[in-house]
Amino acid sequence: MTTTVETPTGAAQTMVLNMGPQHPSTHGVLRVILELNGEIVVKAEPIIGYLHTGIEKSCEAKTYSQVITLTDRIDYLAPLSNNLGYCLAVEKLLGLEAPKRAQYIRVLLTELTRIASHLVWVGTHAIDLGAMTVFLYTFREREEIMKIFEYVSGQRMMTSYFRVGGLALEPPPGFLDNVRRVIDALPGHIDEYEDLLTNNRIWLGRTKGVGIISGDDAIAMGCSGPMLRGSGVAYDVRKAFPYSSYEDFRFEVQTQTAGDCFARYQVRVAEIRESIKIVRQAMEKVAKMDGPIKTEAPGIIPPSREEMKTSIEGLIYHFKIYTEGFAPPPGEVYQVIESPRGELGFFVASDGSAKPYRVKVRAPSFVNLQSLPKLAVGRLIADVVACIGTTDIVLGEVDR
Amino acid sequence: MESQEADKNPVVQRLRQWDAEVVSEVIEFRGETTVVVPREQLQRVAAHLASEPFLYFAFLSDITTVDRFPIEPRFEVNYHLLSIARGDRLRLKVRLPGNDPTLPSVTSVWPTANWHERENYDLFGIRFEGHPDLRRILMPDDWEGYPLRKDYPVEGPR
Repeated sequence: MTTTVETPTGAAQTMVLNMGPQHPSTHGVLRVILELNGEIVVKAEPIIGYLHTGIEKSCEAKTYSQVITLTDRIDYLAPLSNNLGYCLAVEKLLGLEAPKRAQYIRVLLTELTRIASHLVWVGTHAIDLGAMTVFLYTFREREEIMKIFEYVSGQRMMTSYFRVGGLALEPPPGFLDNVRRVIDALPGHIDEYEDLLTNNRIWLGRTKGVGIISGDDAIAMGCSGPMLRGSGVAYDVRKAFPYSSYEDFRFEVQTQTAGDCFARYQVRVAEIRESIKIVRQAMEKVAKMDGPIKTEAPGIIPPSREEMKTSIEGLIYHFKIYTEGFAPPPGEVYQVIESPRGELGFFVASDGSAKPYRVKVRAPSFVNLQSLPKLAVGRLIADVVACIGTTDIVLGEVDR
Repeated sequence: MESQEADKNPVVQRLRQWDAEVVSEVIEFRGETTVVVPREQLQRVAAHLASEPFLYFAFLSDITTVDRFPIEPRFEVNYHLLSIARGDRLRLKVRLPGNDPTLPSVTSVWPTANWHERENYDLFGIRFEGHPDLRRILMPDDWEGYPLRKDYPVEGPR
């Protein structure tokens, strides 16, 4: 299809090109309708919804605890972040807090999730731009982190390890040693990726000055996470609205001012290094601590196995919680956490019954993707790949 | 419920000082403040909140609807605002009747509202007047009905 448009240099013929939904660089099923003038993008329009599974609707038909398994499937590269966001929202609704030890283990695991997610991003983005090697390395390291998740929760990806009021299980023995082994090896590996990419002329050519968005535009478009911090806005939910005891940890919010694809790459690599620091601190805190992994709230949090077997109240609560669930007071809460992709919000409304009345996921990918036309218009068609890549979308989260 | 705590909230006080008409109710729950706004006033309030230096809610985090079917007014549209500069959050709530779920678009104040409003239109059938491109976003274009409404079944025939 061709149309004629007026440009500063006269009338030009444009061509409409359909990128996706099966294009490899779209990381799933994203379709972008591009209007091209030669190789220059005149208009870009993302079309989404191909992975819409109605998760929010399904949540309304499940009890509060059952919803946790659905949250794994929203952002499948960071399941533990989703678990955390949802559990914190329900805990807020109930007016509960997880015990300190559980909070630190949550921090430890969500930071590992962040590292794993950013590793996938570095690898896949490099492959999009033609650097195959990095992908093989980052997936090797990511697999080690996946093994930790499997060791802790029994699942590599669909972990469902965080529960309302704490954790599902006591971490198995040797958990911290496993984490330490992975974390100690990581900084050297990140140096390797940086050797391959950061000063690589092709990499710089493909990312520097490409897909620029200013800080003000990023705020207006609702961008969050590395998208926003790459444009010079030092907003990180972990610092601005600390949750799960993030105020007990020392870390820096990583920012870059250029606002281009390279800045977003730098922010993410720096965030991996910051996350390693946080994991180290969390390991120290958890090793020194002893205590429960679940808070005590009869009728809401399942009793311990011993209590269930020995006391009649324990047995009754166990039965009631697993058959009819628990009912938070009526009200609405909006809990925000910093997921690897940005501000992940859970809006949970309760009507006083055992099933959530409404669960809304404020997916950072969904909002970040909206600014794709801002990044891509006026650039070459090849740059669209870099722009989609550094937006770091997960289509499962965009479409829900 | 109107509590004294909510009245002390500086944002609510500022809003009331500016125009007492725009705050029809204040709800305080678990440390979150919700200001209920009449729909005619929404755009004015939004522009004021986004630009007034003391408030400066320049970041619209999310727009989401709750369907209270069969209670009237049936729809509650929630706007989750964030002020990065002040480190503050606020929820605006607009109540809409089931037979006329329309309200003014806030895309002129917060451009990010574009896709949020399209999502609410797609899943709840809320019509945003003045939206530049109000189309379905997640469901197919020819889909009938609004899936997240409470009278739309989770499974089985509609």
